[in-house]
Amino acid sequence: MSTQFLTVSPSPHIHSGESVQRLMYGVIIAMVPAFAVSLYVFGIGALYVTTLAVISCAGFEYLLVRFVLKREPTIMDGSAIITGILLAFNVPSNLPWWAIVMGSFVAIGFGKIAFGGLGNNPFNPALVGRVFLLISFPVPMTSWPVPIDSRMQLMDATTGATPLGFIKEGLSAGVPIAELIEKVPSHMNLFLGVMGGSVGEISAIALIIGFVYMLWKKIVTWHTPMAMLGVMALFTGILWMINPEKNMDPAFHLLSGGALLGAFFMVTDYVTSPMTTRGMLIYGAGIGFLTVIIRVFGSYPEGVSFAILIMNGFVPLMNKYIKPKRFGEVKNG
Amino acid sequence: MSLANTTIKTFPMGGVHPEENKITASIPIKKLAIPEEVIIPISQHIGAPAKPVVEQREKVKVGQVIARSEGFVSANIHATISGTVTKIDKVIDATGYKRDAIIIKAGKDGEEWDEQIDLSEVLVKTISLQREEIIKKIADAGIVGLGGATFPSHVKLSVPKGKKADCLIINGVECEPFLTSDHRLMLEKGEEIVVGTRILMIALGVEQAIIGIENNKPDAIEKMSSLIHGENGISVQPLKVQYPQGGEKQLIKAVLNREVPSGGLPIDVGVVVHNVGTAFAVYEAVQKNKPLIERVVTVTGKDVKEPANFWVRIGTPISELVEAAGGIPENTGKVISGGPMMGKALNTLEVPVSKGTSGILLVPNEEAKRGHMKVCIRCTRCVTVCPMGLEPYLLMTLTQKELFDRLEKEKALDCIECGSCSFTCPSDRPLLDYIRLGKRTVTSIIKARKN
Amino acid sequence: MSPTILFTVGTITILGFLAAAILYFIASKFKVYEDPKIDEVEASLPNTNCGGCGHPGCRAFAEACVKASDLSDLHCPVGGNDTMKKVASLLGMEVEERDPYVAVVRCSGSFEYRQKVNVYDGSPNCTIAHTLYGGDTGCQYGCLGFGECVDACDFQAMYMDEKTGLPVVIQDKCTACNACVKACPRNILELRPMGRKNRRIFVSCINQDKGGAAKKACEVACTGCSKCESECKYDAITIQNYLAYIDPEKCKLCRKCAPVCKSNSILEINFPPRKEESEKPEREKRERPERRAAETDTAVMEQEGEVNVIAMVQKANEESDNQGSSENKEIL
Repeated sequence: MSTQFLTVSPSPHIHSGESVQRLMYGVIIAMVPAFAVSLYVFGIGALYVTTLAVISCAGFEYLLVRFVLKREPTIMDGSAIITGILLAFNVPSNLPWWAIVMGSFVAIGFGKIAFGGLGNNPFNPALVGRVFLLISFPVPMTSWPVPIDSRMQLMDATTGATPLGFIKEGLSAGVPIAELIEKVPSHMNLFLGVMGGSVGEISAIALIIGFVYMLWKKIVTWHTPMAMLGVMALFTGILWMINPEKNMDPAFHLLSGGALLGAFFMVTDYVTSPMTTRGMLIYGAGIGFLTVIIRVFGSYPEGVSFAILIMNGFVPLMNKYIKPKRFGEVKNG
Repeated sequence: MSLANTTIKTFPMGGVHPEENKITASIPIKKLAIPEEVIIPISQHIGAPAKPVVEQREKVKVGQVIARSEGFVSANIHATISGTVTKIDKVIDATGYKRDAIIIKAGKDGEEWDEQIDLSEVLVKTISLQREEIIKKIADAGIVGLGGATFPSHVKLSVPKGKKADCLIINGVECEPFLTSDHRLMLEKGEEIVVGTRILMIALGVEQAIIGIENNKPDAIEKMSSLIHGENGISVQPLKVQYPQGGEKQLIKAVLNREVPSGGLPIDVGVVVHNVGTAFAVYEAVQKNKPLIERVVTVTGKDVKEPANFWVRIGTPISELVEAAGGIPENTGKVISGGPMMGKALNTLEVPVSKGTSGILLVPNEEAKRGHMKVCIRCTRCVTVCPMGLEPYLLMTLTQKELFDRLEKEKALDCIECGSCSFTCPSDRPLLDYIRLGKRTVTSIIKARKN
Repeated sequence: MSPTILFTVGTITILGFLAAAILYFIASKFKVYEDPKIDEVEASLPNTNCGGCGHPGCRAFAEACVKASDLSDLHCPVGGNDTMKKVASLLGMEVEERDPYVAVVRCSGSFEYRQKVNVYDGSPNCTIAHTLYGGDTGCQYGCLGFGECVDACDFQAMYMDEKTGLPVVIQDKCTACNACVKACPRNILELRPMGRKNRRIFVSCINQDKGGAAKKACEVACTGCSKCESECKYDAITIQNYLAYIDPEKCKLCRKCAPVCKSNSILEINFPPRKEESEKPEREKRERPERRAAETDTAVMEQEGEVNVIAMVQKANEESDNQGSSENKEIL
């Protein structure tokens, strides 16, 4: 005792043991089911895209943090890996390698490091990368390989449209919806994930498993995803009831496209979502609303990415004006 | 189990649940041998330090006043062993600073008591005193809040004009991990606590008293429930385990669903909260004439050989307590006075036990150091766990940026410093450190503004 | 020209005149008269907005100067006498010359002299550590070493010496703005007159413990032995709470006090080296140079001449300042 000094620090003296690393790896584990399904559906293409995106995101993070921010890189906290996986999940599995590397660079460089690295970025880095790719290279970004059949091909797989894209095109061409519905995958297939689409967004059941895992591990809360999906369901439901000839049913909207991937893994991103429960609900609702607006009235078949990025822009404002309920707030004001 | 009140309540907002680690819950309280020397700080309470009224080399008896309270918010200090005052000197106390203390060396066995004090074990149930007399006795006995806040009890009992108390809450929550002193006290001195509660009810003029106990202490709930049988107006309220339920505001919210207004006191919603330890001390002071000279202290820690609860004379050096618990483990890296969430880390074992010392926690080396601070990832955990509905991440940033006007608007002063935010932060950010700093600055700014 | 263009040009012109008229009306109606002198005075101030004068920024100080009937209560410590003279001449008033002040660090408890007794593991912030406890050394008065004073300094006049763990004031950059004094939770920094030939003597300790306790915590602590008090012929030294204080107003810089101090708590700045070194007792002769060299660069000057000091200052300020080589830099 005599030789050893006591440590003195302000309270509290214990810690929950939670760490950024553990949270991030929890998210990565939660993404495994979705990845497994996409391996089954898209084959090596999914593996190739995901690996390349993760490696390039982690690599760019390391280089940029070291040489631009001049800090000790913290790759191991897992946030760059998540960005990589999410970016891969949001692109078709036959995307050429240069597009993936470029997308990773934009995601990490412009989406994250430009704002000061982890914790400071207002926009979801993976989505910044994805939207950059979508706008710059719309053709490779919107030609998805046909599920199951093209598993063993890498680049020159036969491609097809996503259910959402198919419906949108059909509707604008004036094809009656009943005809279109016959040609899109059934709700069951949408639920299981047998459809065309980006690497990680296809299987609803896998995404739900991941989300339940994150809820169980208390990594995320239900507020934002449920607000988003609830508003989507409500809004598309109203449209469907008004005119079922022109609009798809809510279940189709929720199960297709990136709705679930976005709701479970992207709007729950810590850095770019609001700090209060009330804020989260508004943020989620806003995303749900904008997604439907873009999907139904906009020119893009899918709007989750844009909706999230737009709402990201409002987050600082929400943090400033939406406060938690303070204890002991005087009621009579 | 027969409970007086079967609904289990808790506070609705925030809170955390640290590992309980109540190692000493089943170990009866032992009496610690009278130390050879006691160091009695003259400032063991919130408020003005007491003024020494003994001289060097003066002989004192147990229970004799050695320092008188200075002003209303202050408390008397009594000799805790008999013997000779060796000196009045500056000694490091639990604040980490050297402050004035009276040092008494035991003469003979150190057990020569003041004649006024009734030392018998007989339970005196009849309360013969009136309200003012009770408050005076409590003030004379130097009783302070024994939960750790050490606010002079007579001040809490003197309800200010225009306010009215209608309910007394006895705090048996003990939400801090590791600590079991209140738990053991309820099991072993339950009868006295009930009488103490009655006395406090008379002092406050209230008809209702609720003893709040977390349900990780089912034996205490059962014991207290059986004891209050036939006692009008006293009830036991079991509470769901959640930290910081022992905080006054949280406890009142949990038990009565009343919310103390921001910047207000419990009395603003008609409630006064006292700790079970305080209730016991009140019993001893009023019924037995015995001032506050000893208290129960839990000595615990994962590697402590014989963790235990002790009856300790105030002023006993902590080193002796640790010795009685089997000595200090080799790998001790930190010694905490109080619980791990709100306790104070000590820089030496020579610090004396004071009125507010509820426990001594020895933390092994590997848990003594904090994690390395990383960037905030805005995970909202601090906001979610804050029992006061504040935004700790924001308060920390505002303090660092010295935006004190905004800090005040964001209700930084409402922070009860429970530490839930720092406890839960996955980035190991020292949120509470900076919030305290901000609070301190805001308080001084407000003070300057008033002048 | 087509009528469309004419119409457009016409409308825009009319709108422009209308707006101009409204603006003119508002400007003349709501004009706030401001003494033009305020601008003049403000222009002559350093415009650092440091608050050292006690006013929130230079503009407020300029307003106060213009309003004041005499300038005796107003002083810009950054600009000093030159600036105040300029201000006075602008306002047609007189101003008394004031001695320039400089901040001094009243703690010499470097790592070497003040042993650690525990490990601090809280946030690296002086006020947080100060609120928590007495500090990681035995001295509960001394410097905590997290550099809040350095952070508070707007003039890069301070830096933390890594070897000693103490802050250092660069005399020529210090403007005596009081920011560091306010920042220090332990009140270690003090503004003292620059002194004749920049020379000054002060007690570099604020430990109020009794002699034994102070000495135990720090080798160079003032024990309050009052030897210096009895040595001083000018009543400049007072002892309170076991701590000596030299009143700069009364001190005549006679240097009698420093040699009698057993614990070397009294610092002499910018004095030539002592000649009567040989007369001093053996112990002090050995210890003094060591201590000073470790802690204050002034001591190096005493021992090895000025060149060395400049080199050291340069080294310390490599990043913040490159023009220091020719200046007479001194480090407290």
